[in-house]
Formats: sequence, structure tokens, C-alpha cells
Amino acid sequence: MKTLKSLSALALTGALALSAAALSAETIKIGVSYPTPTHAWAAGMNWHAEQAEKRLEALYPDIDLILINSPDPNAQASALEDLVSVHKIDALVVLPFESEPLTDPVLNVKKTGALITVVDRGLSQPGIEDIYVAGNNPELGRVSAVYMKGRLTSGDNIVVLRGIPTIIDNERFDAFMAEMEGTGINILDHKHANWNRDDGFEVMQDFLSRFPDIDAVWAQDDDIAIGVVAALKQAGRDGDGMFVVGGAGMKETIKSIMDGDTLVPVDVLYPPSMIATAMDVTVAAFKSNGPVAGRYILGATLITPENAASFYFPDSPF
Amino acid sequence: MSEVTAETTPKNKRMRFDIKTAGPAIALFLLCIIGFLLNPAFLSEGNLTNLLTRSAFIGIIAVGATFVITAGGIDLSVGSMAAAIAGVMIIIMNAAMETLGPGLATVLLGGGCSILLGLGAGWINGVLTTKGKIEAFIVTLGTMGIYRSLVTYFADGGTLSLDFAIRGTYRPVYYGSVLGLPAPVWVFIAVSICGWLLMNRTAFGRYCTAIGSNESVARYSAIKVDRIKTMTYVIQGLCVSLATIIYVPRLGSASASTGVMWELEAIAAVIIGGTVLKGGYGRIGGTILGALILTTIGNILNFTDLISNYLNGTMQGLIIIIAVWLQRGDWGKAKASKS
Repeated sequence: MKTLKSLSALALTGALALSAAALSAETIKIGVSYPTPTHAWAAGMNWHAEQAEKRLEALYPDIDLILINSPDPNAQASALEDLVSVHKIDALVVLPFESEPLTDPVLNVKKTGALITVVDRGLSQPGIEDIYVAGNNPELGRVSAVYMKGRLTSGDNIVVLRGIPTIIDNERFDAFMAEMEGTGINILDHKHANWNRDDGFEVMQDFLSRFPDIDAVWAQDDDIAIGVVAALKQAGRDGDGMFVVGGAGMKETIKSIMDGDTLVPVDVLYPPSMIATAMDVTVAAFKSNGPVAGRYILGATLITPENAASFYFPDSPF
Repeated sequence: MSEVTAETTPKNKRMRFDIKTAGPAIALFLLCIIGFLLNPAFLSEGNLTNLLTRSAFIGIIAVGATFVITAGGIDLSVGSMAAAIAGVMIIIMNAAMETLGPGLATVLLGGGCSILLGLGAGWINGVLTTKGKIEAFIVTLGTMGIYRSLVTYFADGGTLSLDFAIRGTYRPVYYGSVLGLPAPVWVFIAVSICGWLLMNRTAFGRYCTAIGSNESVARYSAIKVDRIKTMTYVIQGLCVSLATIIYVPRLGSASASTGVMWELEAIAAVIIGGTVLKGGYGRIGGTILGALILTTIGNILNFTDLISNYLNGTMQGLIIIIAVWLQRGDWGKAKASKS
């Protein structure tokens, strides 16, 4: 009797273990790790990630997406360890906080055999990721310059408000300057406004005091552009044909482009939805009948009144 | 700016030239000459108005910080507090739109809430420091994190924006002028005068100095140390709420990037102005000059392309150190007196 009991218990445990194994073999677990949203663009990214999670899990019942955000590189490294040890993920979608400190932790996830998708900021060692999805920083600068060239003529004056001094900012700025070369359009000066409304306002106020003749402003970013527009309106110089080009795709900016604003007539896309694209491609790696590994560089589309509606997400916080 | 210095440097009235008192004024004067040499537009009416208006935020907060530091405390939470108050003000005003409309009543409600929040937040910092017996550095480091994450939470990580209809009513509080001076500058002047009177002409100011120089002695002298120290944080909170009231109409928004580093700028303004960081000696007039110096440095750096953008921080750091060195002012004398 006793042996029978223990035998059946053993059988039960075995069956449970087997069914658990079968379940985990059926469910494809994908970890999605990104920085905690502490500024508007990242809040938009968080929103798009959550939307993509809902959509993809409804579409594929056997896909389980696990979203984790982390406040600093160290916490993100810990989050990656948890995704491996607790969730035993089959794939990882990661937007690294910083390239250097996250390279090893991602490499460790790779060693478990998981598929790796890296978003936006790359890792500092090549060949770790299977899929790379990113916006196009140099293209953002180039597309902005092409638009401004089209509206200005030789002898016109531009001021430039840059972001936080980083590689991203350099890539955008260098590409912009390269495209502007030889046009005869003067770049009066460029200053860092740190992708921030207050700094945009103050730097632009100083530019307006310093330069009596400005024809256009490249603000590089929608938050900076909001500060620039406030400074222009305060100085009463918003009506003399000057225009401002921002970037990123903030919903308020896109809405005002749809409404035909002349002061900020266009925007250049650096989509916070790129995380959703990365999640789509990663799921496709398990569901598609074709290969999906590779590099997906999103366009820095010029958003104009004609195409603005397709980039407008009124529910997103950005 | 001249009227402010005139009112707040009493030692000059006694015709005693004190390099310590004059240090920050000399530094500011030198900065203005450099600015003018770089570009005459530096002294244009528009630029000076912008400068004074911008200084108002840090200046008003720094007047409050002068009391806290003079009484031997420190408040690291002011930047986050300003961001959180701005966020809550915007939420309240947007919500009040439906019942009160976009008029003056809504703006007054927002301003009133701002003051209550500032007083409350300052009181919490004060009570935790005095009754809770936790170091001010730790208490305000904690509340700094709390307020910053609250504004991120309220804004859902994005930006809180004031309704455009209310912005129309509220706009003159930042952009409007009274008798040729922008409204924020008037608030700055009023806060400076009140601060100076409170520091130099009342028992409260003397108590702050006494507590800052030796807390035990002050306690034995029957000064209600805890109450006075708590009051300094409440004054700081009030100053933050006043600064926030004039800040919100500027761009009509608040986000996690609002008020970042304001605490350090306010403390820097106080120290540049001659107040002693470890307490016991406070100068409101110096603080005001300190705030003006900090804003002028940023303005001058925007007026020139001689220095690499990446070195802006270096230039700011150097000028701050030189300003404090000028203000210490006993070059050589110090050595002589020590030996």
C-alpha cells in the first residue's frame, strides 16, 4: 500500500513536471527590457511597447511578452539576469541604457541560446545581436538640412540648437552641417539646449538678442522647438517668415502640422514606436516562414501636413 | 539690478569699503564688461530684461536657501519641489477649468494651491529635520527623490501641459510688464526686500545666525531652536512656490526635466554671495548678486562662439570659483592673521 502510494505520487510529480515542460516548450517567452521613462520620448516608447504587447499577445496566444523597465544601467543588468533565471526567456528585446555596461550582460543572455534584438543604442561589441532596430540619427540631420535648403537661399541665416553633448547629437549635427556645406546659407552659431524646453527658451532668447536677422531655426527636437517658439513669440519675431524645424514626432507638434502651422511647418521623425517595430520583428523570427535576422534602420521621414495623420497617436504621452 | 544692490549693502552706507561685501559686485561688474566687449547687444534693454527675469527663479529660491543655510541647514529638494508643485498646479488648474472657466479665478486657485503646497513641503522638511532628528542632507535628499518621481508619475513620464485657454489669462504673470519691468522681476525685488528685512531687522534673522554659529549655545539662550529651524524650511518652501507661480506661465508645462539642478544653482548663488555654507553668517544682498552672476555666466556663454560648447561647464565652474575667491577677499591678510 505504502509503495503504491509513493509510486503514484512519483507518477503524479513526473506527469506534472512533464506537462510543465510541455507548456514551456509551447509558450515562447520574450523579455523586453528598456530604460524607465523619465522624459517624454521614453514615455512614448513605454506606451508603444505596452500597446505592442497587447496586440501581439492577442494575435498569438502562445507568445508571452515580459516588459521590464529599469532606472539605471546597473538595474537593467540585474533585470536581464532575472529574465534568464526566473522567466527562462527564448528571446530578448533590449534598448540598452548605455552601450558599454550592458554589453556583457546581454552577451550572457545570448549564451543561454536566446535570440537577441537590440534597439536604438548599439552594444560596444559587434556580432552579439541577431536583429538590430534603430532610428537614423545622421538621416534626421540630413533630412532637416534638405528641407531647410529647399526653403532658403544663399545669404540666409540659420541658428542651431543642439541636444545634450553625446554621440547621438554629434551624428545629427555633423550630417546636418555636411548637407549644408556649399549652399551659401550662414550657420550663425550652434549651442546645446539639452533636448529641453527651458534651455531651448533661454538659448533662443540669447540668439535673438545677439542676431538681428535670423531666417530659420534648426531645433533638432520637438521639446527644444517649444521653447524656441515661446521665445520668438515673446520677442515678437514669430511673424516675419521665420520657421523652426524640430524632430522626433511629438503628438502636439504633429497635430499642429496637421492644422497647418506655418511657424513649425514640418517635423522629422525619430519614432518612439521603434520598440514596437523591434517586438514585431522578434515575434516574426518565431512565426515567419522567412529569415528575419538583420538590421532594420527606420526612416527619418519628413512629416508634412499631407502625411502627418499616419504618425499621429493621440493617446500616447508623447 | 542697481536698486537691489543699493538696498542690500548696508555696510556701504557706513562708508566702510569692505572687499568681502564688494566681491560679488565686482565679479558681476567684470562679467558685464566682458559681455559688452563680446557683443554690445549684451547691454541692450531686451537682453538685460531677459537676464533679470531669468534670475528671478533661482534668485527667489536662493533667498529662501539663505535662511536655511544661515541656520546651519541645507535643502536639496527645491528643484524637485518646484517641478512637483508646477505639475500639481497644472493638474488642478486644468481640472478647475470646467467649473471656474479659464479666467482669473482658476489662476488664483492655482497660485493659492502652489503656496499651500510649498508651505506644506517646507514644513515636512523642517519637522523631519528637527523633530525627526534626521540630518537635513538626508531628509532633503529623500524628498528630492520623492518629488522628482511624483512629477514623473503625474505626467506619465511625459509632460503636463496647461490648457491653452488658461494660458491666455496666466501669461502676463511671466511675460507682462509693470512700470517697464517684467512682473517676475517685481516679485524678485519684493522677495529680496522682505528677505533682507527678515534677516537683518528682526529677531528671527538674529536667531538664524545664532543657531547656525552654535546650536547648543542658542538652545541655552532660550531660543526655540526647533521652531526657528522649521520656519527656515517653511520660508524656503514659500519661496519655491512663489518661483513656481512665475515659472509655470513661461512655457505652460512641467515635466521630469523641470527644475533639474536648481538646488545646486540656488546653493551656489548663496555661497557666491558670501553666506557661509556651514551656517552662522548670511547675506541676502550677496545671494541676489550670486543669482545674477550665475544667470549672466550662462547668458555670456550663449553670446560667444569663442569657447567650445563642450567647455561651458568648465567656464561656469571657473567663474564660480573666481567669484567666491574674490568674495573671500582676505588674500594675504588671512596668512598674516593666522601666524
